Amino acid sequence: MTTTEQAPSGANIGTRKLRKEDPKLLTGEGKYVDDIHAPGELWMGMVRSTMAHARITGIDTSAAAEADGVHAVYTGADLADMGLWAAPLPCAWPVTADMVNPPHYPVANGEVHHVGEIIALVLADSRYGAADAAEQVVVDYEPLPVVSSIAEARDGDATAHSDLDSNKAYHWPLVPDPDALEAAFANATHVISAEFEQQRLIPAAMEPRGVLAVPSPHGGDITLYSATQVPHILKVMVAATTGIPEMKIRVVAPAVGGGFGAKLNINPDEILAVTLAHRLGRPVRWTETRSEAAFSTHQGRGQLQKIEVAADENGKIGGVRVHIDADMGAYMMLITPGVPLLGSFLYTGVYDVPAFGFTCDGYFTNLTPTDAYRGAGRPEASFAIERAMDLLAARVGVGPDEIRRRNYLNGGEAFENLETASTLVFDSGNYAPNLDAALEMAGYADLRAEQQRRRDAGESKHLGIGLCTYVEICGLAPSRALGGLNYGAGGWEHATVRFLPTGKVEVVSGSTPHGQGHETAWSQIVGDKLGIDPDDVTVLHSDTAISPLGMDTYGSRSLAVGGVAIAMACDKVVDKARLIAAHQLEANPDDLEFAGGAFTVKGSPDKTMPIQGVAYGAFTAHDLPDGMEPNLQEQMTFDPPNFAFPFGTHVCVVEIDEETGNVELLDYTAIDDCGNQVNPLIVEGQVHGGIVQGVAQALWEGASYDAEGNCRNPSFLDYLVPSAMEVPSLKLGSTVTPSTSNPLGVKGVGEAGTIGSAAAVINAICDALSPYGIDDMPMPATPARVWKAIQNAKGGQS
Amino acid sequence: MQVEMTVNGRAMSADVEPRTLLVHYLRDHLGLTGTNVGCDTSSCGACTIHIDGESVKSCTMLAVQARGAEVTTIEGLASNGELHPMQQAFMECHGLQCGYCTPGMVMAATSLLNENPKPSEHEVREGLEGNLCRCTGYHNIVKAVLSASGQGGS
Repeated sequence: MTTTEQAPSGANIGTRKLRKEDPKLLTGEGKYVDDIHAPGELWMGMVRSTMAHARITGIDTSAAAEADGVHAVYTGADLADMGLWAAPLPCAWPVTADMVNPPHYPVANGEVHHVGEIIALVLADSRYGAADAAEQVVVDYEPLPVVSSIAEARDGDATAHSDLDSNKAYHWPLVPDPDALEAAFANATHVISAEFEQQRLIPAAMEPRGVLAVPSPHGGDITLYSATQVPHILKVMVAATTGIPEMKIRVVAPAVGGGFGAKLNINPDEILAVTLAHRLGRPVRWTETRSEAAFSTHQGRGQLQKIEVAADENGKIGGVRVHIDADMGAYMMLITPGVPLLGSFLYTGVYDVPAFGFTCDGYFTNLTPTDAYRGAGRPEASFAIERAMDLLAARVGVGPDEIRRRNYLNGGEAFENLETASTLVFDSGNYAPNLDAALEMAGYADLRAEQQRRRDAGESKHLGIGLCTYVEICGLAPSRALGGLNYGAGGWEHATVRFLPTGKVEVVSGSTPHGQGHETAWSQIVGDKLGIDPDDVTVLHSDTAISPLGMDTYGSRSLAVGGVAIAMACDKVVDKARLIAAHQLEANPDDLEFAGGAFTVKGSPDKTMPIQGVAYGAFTAHDLPDGMEPNLQEQMTFDPPNFAFPFGTHVCVVEIDEETGNVELLDYTAIDDCGNQVNPLIVEGQVHGGIVQGVAQALWEGASYDAEGNCRNPSFLDYLVPSAMEVPSLKLGSTVTPSTSNPLGVKGVGEAGTIGSAAAVINAICDALSPYGIDDMPMPATPARVWKAIQNAKGGQS
Repeated sequence: MQVEMTVNGRAMSADVEPRTLLVHYLRDHLGLTGTNVGCDTSSCGACTIHIDGESVKSCTMLAVQARGAEVTTIEGLASNGELHPMQQAFMECHGLQCGYCTPGMVMAATSLLNENPKPSEHEVREGLEGNLCRCTGYHNIVKAVLSASGQGGS
């Protein structure tokens, strides 16, 4: 095992190949859902609840029904009477046998449970007409007590659902050895105890969600175009929810403008479009508005965390104990309850923690449902342990780098297949060299000197340096492991690789891109595996009629599962081609060498056959070995034996203006280790975007709610998605520690930046303000919060 | 109401509701779907186009306000099958991922260089402040614009 150098690779894997996807997207040729139209389409306009918790006492649809261009108006009662659904919207992850899961139908009927829940809908013949008519529907409400925060859900009297006795949805424990954990704390010299809030985040993919359902009234089949990350899962769930036979359903995810987890759900609008189009025999569509998205698309995070770390006098950790109260929102969406659990295994971070315990309580609130958002449980875990490590460092009186070195798994040295206290086996790691590389690139020693100089000079602009050494769990997932967590599906991925008669190659990918560059990366893998030009490869995906099998894209799984499936399918293609070539060259298959895209008889360089020639021979089938099927095409379904565990070190440098509380990002360094890299250009892009999303949680973003459950900042006017002005250019590097979980040695990188960055930023802020005795800062660390903390520390002048 | 304007060099004419936003006229009436809509508050810039050579968020004006104007959308930027240098720079610098903000970002960036052919990094960031991207963290977008201005390679 090596670090810092990419493992030996072919001509394509490991190169910065420019993306095949780009020319279309750069010229406006890319077709997103709202760009696609069907003749006779009707637009849905949603009537959304203006109250967070209320009984609906009346709905007047008469004005809307008479409006120009309106085809129909439906209330929840109307739709229930029409028998449009066979089951409520699905939750695929009942984390415990007794988990509470209130029925969640696409349209409320009787009681609403969050602002923005759909109460009625209109169908109209235009985009504007649907919006106009929806506004003419009048709803009468009888208000009910509102649960507007996790703390209220846990401690208050009100229940988010009036027919439930409690807001608690489940209790989930992971305490492998309770006695050992208790002993660790009993024997500790230092016990760090800290509480953090992971505020709710609005995912804000730049493309709002949208759907278009196109029926075939006589054939009975239906095509759903949706801005989704999960066309395959959506197809299964549409069948289960609507009762339409699965083989009649085709789901297409056309160009999808970012997802970040927000597009992996099964949403009311998707089910409404399908069922109404199917029933009416006309295409039905809807496009989310940005301001609507705070209510119509799930949000991320929403946790109260308590972490305790027990350590000896040198800061060597003896145990970690964590409790989470997690905000489900009003309903369980597809994987809502499981998101905190995805992080549960990572609260021990990259550290050698002998004893570990984690518990999570899920609570209902009258807020937009939560679910996966970039990192999904893992940024939260990384934040808690990395903040706690800094607190421990301060307690012990050593630097943040030193406390980490003292606790790294395997002493910071390289390892493979190491079992941790959270019961997982980490595939590979090598943490100390990664930290060294980050400190060197960041110029850590110089930064500390500059910090001290400013302090000595009494300057009002404070320098803060924050570290985070994160690990993530990705490559979701070994199907057995998911089964052990009670998840409702497997974690495999499917691929087909086929030679066309002309020697070109079609790859069918089960994983579904929405910006990650699958077409380019998969072509690079195939190019090396088959010895052909990657530009002779096309990648088909995101349409269940073309790619019938897949588990889609989330959890940084595409390369570590889907890309590996493609590589393994290529191996099968070469194996079959070898038999054909041997037959036609009249040689023993074992005597053939495959290199540079050609089979050659060892020792007889003139006896050679390009794989394209073999493919043509497989197509004509004139001269195949006895009993061999024609054509050169192979499939592979890869179920990984283990997760992959990328890691890295981030160093954030902030400057805090004591006068204003403003936090400016001066510099940001990230050394990520995602194993072998197929395309470093794409890897860097993923890390850049991920870092800024995590930084945004730390500094700017957060869905804010009032006591009545109203989101105060649903639009881009109030919700601060950062622009180019807020962030600096980023310094990236990598170490390479190949994974043992798959034959490509790859890990995954889509979420890494987000997992490492929020903690690095807040650690930097607390580092800057440590002379004031400040060791905590809530997120987002707005200038007002920072200024107030400084004033309070100075003696309550605020 | 009748609107007439030149779009990507071609004279266009249509009868639209007076309230029709320019972006919806381009997308829904002319089928020029390269210009995207990312918000409803004129915050994100996904709908940026050029009107008489200046970059404009096409969700902030009505189609009728563009009567008689010369409009250029992303579809009109590449010529003779060749990407515009800004498009080429975005590709070479990996300045796009999902591509949704990209048409607006490219239109804003070309306008920026028209006004300031050799911007500093800070000026590029300031000039693109009205265009949001969720994928790239802006690092490679800034690099692409600097590269297109002849400053720094890809």
